[in-house]
Amino acid sequence: MSYHDLSAFDVAVAASLILINGAISLALGLGMERRLAIAAVRTVVQLLLLGWVLKWIFAASQWSTVVGLMLVMSAIAGVSAIRRTERRYPGVWSTSVTAVMASSWFVLAVALTGVISPEAWSANPAQYAIPLMGMILGNTLNGVSLGLDRLTEELTARRGEVELRLCLGATRWEAARPFVTNAVRTGMVPIINSMMVVGLVSLPGMMTGQILAGAQPMAAVRYQIVIMFLIAAGTALGTTTAVLLGYRCLFNRQHQFLAGQIRKVKG
Amino acid sequence: MTNPGPRTDSLSGGAHSPVLEANHLRRVADEGTVLLDDVSLRVDEGEAVGITGPPGAGKTLLLRAIALLDPLDGGEVRFQGRPVVADAVPAFRRKVLYVQQRPILVEGTVRDNLLLPFSFESAGSGSFDEARIGRWFEALGRGGQFLDRSVADLSGGESQIVSLLRALQLDPAVLLLDEPTSSLDDRTRMRAESLLSDWLLHPWEGEAPAEPTSIRSLALEAQAEPRPPASQTMPRCVVIITHDAAQAKRMCHRRVRLAGGRVVGEDSQEQAREQEA
Repeated sequence: MSYHDLSAFDVAVAASLILINGAISLALGLGMERRLAIAAVRTVVQLLLLGWVLKWIFAASQWSTVVGLMLVMSAIAGVSAIRRTERRYPGVWSTSVTAVMASSWFVLAVALTGVISPEAWSANPAQYAIPLMGMILGNTLNGVSLGLDRLTEELTARRGEVELRLCLGATRWEAARPFVTNAVRTGMVPIINSMMVVGLVSLPGMMTGQILAGAQPMAAVRYQIVIMFLIAAGTALGTTTAVLLGYRCLFNRQHQFLAGQIRKVKG
Repeated sequence: MTNPGPRTDSLSGGAHSPVLEANHLRRVADEGTVLLDDVSLRVDEGEAVGITGPPGAGKTLLLRAIALLDPLDGGEVRFQGRPVVADAVPAFRRKVLYVQQRPILVEGTVRDNLLLPFSFESAGSGSFDEARIGRWFEALGRGGQFLDRSVADLSGGESQIVSLLRALQLDPAVLLLDEPTSSLDDRTRMRAESLLSDWLLHPWEGEAPAEPTSIRSLALEAQAEPRPPASQTMPRCVVIITHDAAQAKRMCHRRVRLAGGRVVGEDSQEQAREQEA
């Protein structure tokens, strides 16, 4: 199998397809032309910048550089997870960053020590570690965000029920448990749904990329299966950690529910 | 319940001794508003204490503070002469049981709601007594298949009955009632008061035998004074918020008046009668 490198002209032709979006916006009066233009420019600039950074890191091929970049990536993912939530409480940022970092680094470590032979990546760790980390983070972020959002939403909406349980002699864990389990379940739903339909209604990006890059389909499929399970584990660990840390922030040792700590974010 | 009756401290065989003490409770809102300001309350054996005051006086906040539902900015709550340590809070709440003003019922049937408290660790080996609950529902005019009715079909008054009986069945030492009969019609209200009166006459087991070892041992470790013997019984107590002056007169030995988060006065039943006269 061969690999065809794209020229700047090829990319420009594809980019011109944004004109279709622009035409639809104009024809239907959607008023999205400006946002489309900004989105198109951001797509090109952000990916080119990423390419630059990756090119530099691949050339350096040093663990310290790779680890540094992954630390930045996981911190940004932790912060991004909270930016999507509607309600926050003191400590929510550290909750999210801790959960995203702990789960993604653990799953990546398992992948690089137990799944992919160190012989394959020791010469150039960036080639494996960074793409794997990126995919794990993207999904973990989503789970953490959904889980924390559901936890704070339910605890707010059903405060009376939480306090009823406490009044009747429940420990803080017994009072929070139904809401904690609902939140963890919510965070894990998207990845489970993806696993249900992968290959049937969607061709995963990583597998598609590998095939385009010249890999044998079955080799690409094996990688995709591995990444699906890594993502699932990362999402489960990240969501559970975040929700449990959130629970610890919102229920103190005196078995009190600190409902007043939850604030709705305006807008 | 036509009057609160004498305090039945003879059951404990001694002079009035505090079952529950709230000492100098203080609570301040995030923005600095003082919600409870140096509020103290003592509840003796067999006593029924009314809490009265205008809306916003801090009545509900006081009961919540006594039930240790909210973090306090000052003061302490003592049960049977001892402070309540963090690990013993669930067991404490089981003995000093707060019934919320707005009845909160979980999804499902009346039976599901009555079973709920037995699913918690603090229930120990305690179990749901269907026959006893059935008698209570009969007394309140809710017989038949009431236990199996969906809570979605209950009226406000019926919800309040379920909420009250869910607490009564746990046999707490002190009931903290926040307008417990506000949604009931006059007839059911009188029946509920009568039921409460009967319930109050039955002594409370000083040391719940079913309490889990872990919680009890932690509480015992923290205590500075010896506990009463395990077999000792004492009269039950009730602290009740009510806007119904007649109900307060019927049910309470004394009334504590709150305003602006402070205790502004206290009347014995006799004083209250004199004031009315």
